[in-house]
Amino acid sequence: MRGDIFSKLQTARRGKTPVTLVDGLDGKIQALVFADRIEGDIPEPVVKEARERLRDNKSGVAEIGGGRWFFDCHNPPLRLIIIGAVHISQTLVPMAAIAGYEVIVVDPRASFATAERFPNVTLIDDWPDEAMEALKPDNRTAVVTLTHDPKLDDPALEIALKSDAFYITCLGSRRTHAKRVERLKAMGFDEATISRIYAPAGLDIGAVSPAEIALSVLAELTAVLHAKPIVAAAA
Amino acid sequence: MTDPTPFASMDDVLGTAEGWLTEGRKVALATVVKTWGSSPRPVGSRLVIDGDGAMVGSVSGGCIEGAVIKEAFEIMDGGAPRLMEFGVSDEQAWDVGLACGGNVQVWVERMEA
Repeated sequence: MRGDIFSKLQTARRGKTPVTLVDGLDGKIQALVFADRIEGDIPEPVVKEARERLRDNKSGVAEIGGGRWFFDCHNPPLRLIIIGAVHISQTLVPMAAIAGYEVIVVDPRASFATAERFPNVTLIDDWPDEAMEALKPDNRTAVVTLTHDPKLDDPALEIALKSDAFYITCLGSRRTHAKRVERLKAMGFDEATISRIYAPAGLDIGAVSPAEIALSVLAELTAVLHAKPIVAAAA
Repeated sequence: MTDPTPFASMDDVLGTAEGWLTEGRKVALATVVKTWGSSPRPVGSRLVIDGDGAMVGSVSGGCIEGAVIKEAFEIMDGGAPRLMEFGVSDEQAWDVGLACGGNVQVWVERMEA
């Protein structure tokens, strides 16, 4: 790979700018295709293919105009927003990070959201509605609420349900969830929207400990992610 | 706050390549570009190799890495990039051993500083 192309690719990845690296499989041409510009000299149909694949996050080979091209899509990492710096979160954070997620923990309660309990993660101590408005969940974002406390979970949920977040779940028993559904209906959400919430949280693997519950949530999230095409966020 | 996701760094193959290039090492990159059947790693999976044979990442479950590394040494010394293909239909690949029965194409190229 040409040094200048690699350097620009790395800059885009660090800046979380979606980009497709295009390789002519004759080894002669390399280019970067962004939503709004191109670095390199490639035919227009190849540019078009690169942008479509970037939007669908679908890397792969295609034959275009008699040449074979490899399209390597680099979208920013999937995000997991966790509401509640609770015990389950302490195990969910490293698991999700290993699975490749950019993890963000939101909890305004100072005694919960400490760097000591949550080393090496982005901790936001704003109220969940403010934090969620700033984070702007998109279709490459999952939202998990774990506080059990309606005054923390609900405001986050309200923004999650108005967003394209691909997975939304809330910890709590069926009874807790039934009450949550009533509150959301009172807030004006219809049933179809409310049914986007996966409840009870996680796959039923008999999880008991915080780590096991975290595992079941991450497993469900993964299943949802791969059951439908996940498209790239708007640039 | 330190690095937000240090756990993910083990998967940052391109970041590793960048670091190695900065240190002046010879570097080759192998990328899965196409798969058929039950190949273990999806398109876009990467393996980076340096002149001493150090490697980070993967292009299979460990079945074809050896063959890819052999090729990578030649390519990092100035060889042209190459598309390698492995699968059960290929005698040589069977020796290398894609035991899963899948086919995979891997693009191997030299990384320039």
